[in-house]
Order: sequence, then structure tokens, then C-alpha cells
Amino acid sequence: MSETRTFAVLVDNEPGVLARVIGLFSGRGYNIESLTVTEVDDDANLSRITIVTDGTTQVLAQIRNLLERLVPVHRVEDLTAAAEGRNMEPPVQRELALVKVVGAGDKRVEALRIADIFKAEVVDTGLGHFVFEIKGRKSQIDRFITLMMPLGLTEICRSGVIAVSRGDQAL
Amino acid sequence: MSDIKTGAETLITALVEQGVEVIFGYPGGAVLPIYDALFQQNSIRHILVRHEQAAVHAAEGYARSTGKVGCVLVTSGPGATNAVTGLTDALMDSIPIVCLTGQVPTHLIGQDAFQEADTTGITRACTKHNYLVKQVNDVSGVVHEAFLVAATGRPGPVVIDLPKDVLMNKTDVYKKKSDVRRPSYKPRMKGDLAQIEKAVEALSQAKRPIIYAGGGVINAGPAASQLLVEFTRMTGVPITNTLMGLGAYPASDRQFVGMLGMHGTYEANLAMYNCDVMLNIGARFDDRITGKIDEFSPNSTKIHVDIDPSSINKNVLVDLPIVGDAAHVLEDMIRLWRSKALNLDAGALKGWWEQIEQWRGVDCLGFSQAKGEVEIRPQHALKRLHELTKHRDDVLISTEVGQHQMWAAQYIGFEKPNRWMTSGGLGTMGYGFPAAIGMQIGNPGACCIDVAGEASILMNIQELSTAVQYRLPVKIMIINNQWMGMVRQWQELLHGGRYAESYTDSLPDFVKLAESFGAKGIRATKESELDSAIQEMLDSDVMTIFDCCVTKDENCFPMIPSGKPHYDMLLPGASQEKVAAAIQGEGLALV
Repeated sequence: MSETRTFAVLVDNEPGVLARVIGLFSGRGYNIESLTVTEVDDDANLSRITIVTDGTTQVLAQIRNLLERLVPVHRVEDLTAAAEGRNMEPPVQRELALVKVVGAGDKRVEALRIADIFKAEVVDTGLGHFVFEIKGRKSQIDRFITLMMPLGLTEICRSGVIAVSRGDQAL
Repeated sequence: MSDIKTGAETLITALVEQGVEVIFGYPGGAVLPIYDALFQQNSIRHILVRHEQAAVHAAEGYARSTGKVGCVLVTSGPGATNAVTGLTDALMDSIPIVCLTGQVPTHLIGQDAFQEADTTGITRACTKHNYLVKQVNDVSGVVHEAFLVAATGRPGPVVIDLPKDVLMNKTDVYKKKSDVRRPSYKPRMKGDLAQIEKAVEALSQAKRPIIYAGGGVINAGPAASQLLVEFTRMTGVPITNTLMGLGAYPASDRQFVGMLGMHGTYEANLAMYNCDVMLNIGARFDDRITGKIDEFSPNSTKIHVDIDPSSINKNVLVDLPIVGDAAHVLEDMIRLWRSKALNLDAGALKGWWEQIEQWRGVDCLGFSQAKGEVEIRPQHALKRLHELTKHRDDVLISTEVGQHQMWAAQYIGFEKPNRWMTSGGLGTMGYGFPAAIGMQIGNPGACCIDVAGEASILMNIQELSTAVQYRLPVKIMIINNQWMGMVRQWQELLHGGRYAESYTDSLPDFVKLAESFGAKGIRATKESELDSAIQEMLDSDVMTIFDCCVTKDENCFPMIPSGKPHYDMLLPGASQEKVAAAIQGEGLALV
């Protein structure tokens, strides 16, 4: 049975490290649903990678072990499993999206109304378009996009998921 | 200011500090500064191979027979791409290699410069780790880290890509071996004690136990093999070795039930199928071992000791995983077994051994070299090689890949580790001869024999020139049946005897071929000539090819046909119908 998990991976920020992580997935046919990476500690030269992936229990354990095996990888945490282990809610997960909607008349008014409900911000506009910025859980963004589809949605850019565990324990 | 050095000189200093005595390599434009620095020193010997693939295999043979890290030096572009097969081979078999590759100068990287290849990109998937050095100040630190990564944990190949300007620039920065830290790299050596305790207790409760030991024991050093022997003897448990693990336990010992797997013994495979507790030390449940995975040892509690957590629960789900080095874990097991005064149920163990002896009685490695038969059976040739060398302690064997490899594994007994070098994971034809060159360089007085097939040997035959140049008395024993024997066997079993492209026409005269390189050539075509030809090969103190012409259509048995479980083995003399019906359905698609 397949399940979805969110991994947090702390790595040395050096050339090739992302290629190693991606190669590990592509070379074995594992799926990446979402991947984000940015430096998080300038002094220690560390980057944090967040990967959302799905697979069987066995595959997910393999992914974790294979990530840990990479030389520049400091820590791998399966945030989903860790939360389950501590009887907590799933980790805090957020995604940012920029959504361009082109249109006029009623559709334009409706787009603005929906954006208001979702607390999406207008970050660029002209007489015939909006660019909305929306942040939230992946499912919220999915719903926002579905609703904007018939209202003139022309372009989507999503940041991918970032996540931290709940509670006072840190990675 | 005397400690200002070029990148190339710094590199050599670091290699010397790492204890490198030999580099196997081939020069070219991008690595000329390294060759210049090598020329001006006497600490490191360079062995000039004739193809970069052979440089890596030679370094593998050197590493596997000495326990040291093998070192390779090749140029950019084609030098690096030619090394890829060797690197993949070393990755699959966990052999510690540091491969230095030249690169075009940093300002030309990405310009499609002459002899440029994206070496770190190409080798990312076939190395344990790799580096592109962009600053001359980083050279020494990277070298020391590369050796650390290659040799520790689960060993493997590491590539250091060195742009030409980095090699020529000057620096006064030198990091010593002891100054190098890599906090993110932390292989686990000690196994979890609570788990080890559970493991020995589970083993002591067993009625039908087996130990299944692999290459991880060899990689953990000769001490690990001694500990394996000690633990196996104190428990009285039967033991089987994988192809990679041969020599970890003495083959002549009564408790040894032979190699397991596709061409393993009947007794080893049936013991695996019927056991109630399996202790796997340093093996990885390879598909060549398990056969049909859902019928693999269905009723056993499985304990798996491996230094690489990603090997655990990869192919087979186990009950008791232990992450750690084989030697450390075995040491703990022995200590706990003693302190807890554990014992197996003597009656049950006796019954289990009686069962195993019955399976042994099948004589699955039997073959018929009839008295007076003129032709040489390949199994007989290898059995004779074993008989004529078993009294010696200085015999190192490598192989190419195919039927001859399996026959060598079946008929040559290894009493100690590091005596058997074969391409187990990748199955690289052309591996054995350059590996034997590396073995001979690392063990100058030893008797180094490459058991070859006539097809495999042609894949790196150019290395005759290397062996002759360095006056290496390497022996090649070609089991010559004029067929790519294993391909032919599978075509017979799987493809209705349609022998597509598996016969080699226009083979060279191997005796004359040897002589043309300044080596010695011997041939035997009759059984009556076999022993004296083998002896002549063994006695030769120069590079020697023994062309051993054998019967042409011999199949390698026993065999678990692909997709079949352990109990469904084809034994020698299996009927034509049984052979014909052996592989059907899903098995057809397996390799």
C-alpha cells in the first residue's frame, strides 16, 4: 500500500548535492511529488531539502536509507512518520503559489471574490489580468487553482512544499 | 618558501601520506602535470596499463588481494569514460578505489573543449562519492577525504576530477590526513547491542539454523573471517558463502556446505530453503541468491548484519536487522554467546546435520570425466587446477565472467579470505586478467591465476603488453570451448537452442598470441596432457597463457533456473524434458 511522506534533509551546501538527491530518485524510478531546496545556515553552509514522495513502506525506508548514505547528507527526518510516532498532527506544511488570471467582466469580479475568500493577495494587476499570491496547505492551493480554472487562469507557478515538525523538538 | 608546491606536487604528497605505493594509470594531456610530478619522485610506482578500464580492474585486484585502497590515474574525456565500467564494477562489489581523473582547465569547463567530459556528472551514479576540485588549495583535503570515504563504511570507488590549471597552480596550503573532518559522513561500525543479543538468542533457539556469509566479511578484514570461523565452530551451525564471500570460511571444513545461489550447491540451497533461523552476515539477498523471492526461505527467522542500512529490507524483509561492521558484530556475538553460555539443542542440530548430509550425498557437483575419455571436461580442468594447487598458500585466483567463473567457484576451494577475486555484482567480462595484474603487483611472490573463458579474455587481451613490460608472471588459464558458454547455455534452456551470436569464429591462436607479446603459450587438447600443462603453467616464471581446450557443449550445473525457488534445482544429468521445461512464464523475463 502506497503512502505519502514528507522528508526533511539537511545537507552540506555544495555543488552536485541536489543532483545526487534527484539521481537517487530517478535512477530507481521513485516518485518526487514536490522538492524544495535553499540554504538555511550560512555559517555552517547547510541547505535544507524538503521532499514529498510516495511509496510502499519498504520503498520509503529505502529512500531514507539511501539519502542517509550520501556523503554530504547530515540528517534525514521522515516528518510524517515522526509526527505519527509522537501521536501528533501531521507536520506544518506550506506552499506558495503565483497564479495569473486573465479576463474581464463578471469573471474578473468572481476571481477577485474567490481570491478574497482564500486570502490570496493581488500582487500585480492591469485592466485585463490579476496575479494572485496564495500561500497555504497544498490542498488549499489545489482548490484555489481548480476554482480559477474557468475564470481565465493562464499561468501557475508553485514553490513546492516546505515543512517543519510540530512541537518543541527541532531537526 | 620551499613549501610552495603545484597542485600536482601537493596531490603526490597527499597520496604518499595516504600510503599509496602503486598507481595504475594511463597518461594524457590533462594529467601531464601529475605525470611530471610522478616522474620526479620515487615513493609511488606507476603501472602503465593499455586501457583505462583495465587500470580500474587492476586497482580492484590490488585492493581485494591486499586490503589496501586501489589508486587509479586517467586523463580527461575518454580516459574518464573508459574507466566507468571499472568504477561501476567496484561500486557493485564494494571495492575501495580512488580514481584521479584529469579535467580540462576550469575556464574551459562547459565549453565542449577537447577531451572534455562531464566526469562528475557521468560518474555520480557509479561512485560512492565524487569531487570536482576547483581550487588548488583544496587538493590535499579532498584527497584525504576521498580515501576516508573509499575505505570506510561500505567501501567503494571515489572519483577526484582535477582540472589542469588546478594541477599547475601553486599553493602553500597542505591539509594533513589528521586535519580532515567530514561531520556529515559517519558510517556505523558497532551494531546495536540489544539487537545482537536478540540475534544470538534467536540463533540458540534454532532447530535448523544456517549462517549465510558474504563479501561484507571479506571487506571487514581478515580478522572478521577468523571471528566468523570461531563463531561458526562454537555454535556448530552449517555455513554457506556467497560468490563474493568465498574464502571467508575454509572450504575444506566439514561445516561448510558450499556456495549458495543460482549455481550453488544442492545442500546449501536446500538448507537455506528449509532453515528456521538464518543469520546473514555481510550479504545482500542478491537475486542470484534468493531465486524466486516469495518462496525464498519461507519459514525462517531472518537476522541480517550489514554495514549499509540501505541493504537491509531491500529485497527480503528481515526480522532482526543489525547495522554494523561484520567484525565488530561477530566479536559481540561471540562474547554474548559465551557469557550467556548459550547452546543449540544438540539433538535437533544432529538431526539437521543428518538431513544436510543426505543432501550432500546427492553429489550435485558430480560430473563424468570417463576413464580414457580423450577430451577435457571443463569441470575436470578446474578440479585438477585445485588438486595441483591446494597444498600451496600463495595462490590467488581471479576470473572473467561466465561458465568458467561458476566452475571455478564450484571446484576451487578457498581456505582463506582475499584469495578469490571475481566480478560478482556487475558481471564484467574482461575483469579477471587486469585484476590478476593488480594482484601480482600487490603480491609479488604469489601465484596469480586468471581463470578465463576464450570470449572474456579477448575483452582486455591488450594487457598482455602490461604484464610483459613489468615482468609479471601472471597465469591465464583459458577454459576454451569456443562458445560464450553461459549465453549458449541460456539459449539452450530458454530460446529453443537458437544459438544467436554466441559462437566465436576466428578465434586467435592463443599460444601464438602470447608469443607475439613476448609471453609464454601452452595448449592442451587431451585429458592426458592436462596435468603436465597445468604444472607447466604453475612453474612458469613469465607471463603465461594456458589454452585449455575443453568439451564444447557442457552446461553449468547445478542451476536454479531464473524465477524458480531453491528446491527446484536442475542437477547434473537432468533429463532433456526437465531442462526444456525449466524456465517458463515470468522466469523468461528475468536475467
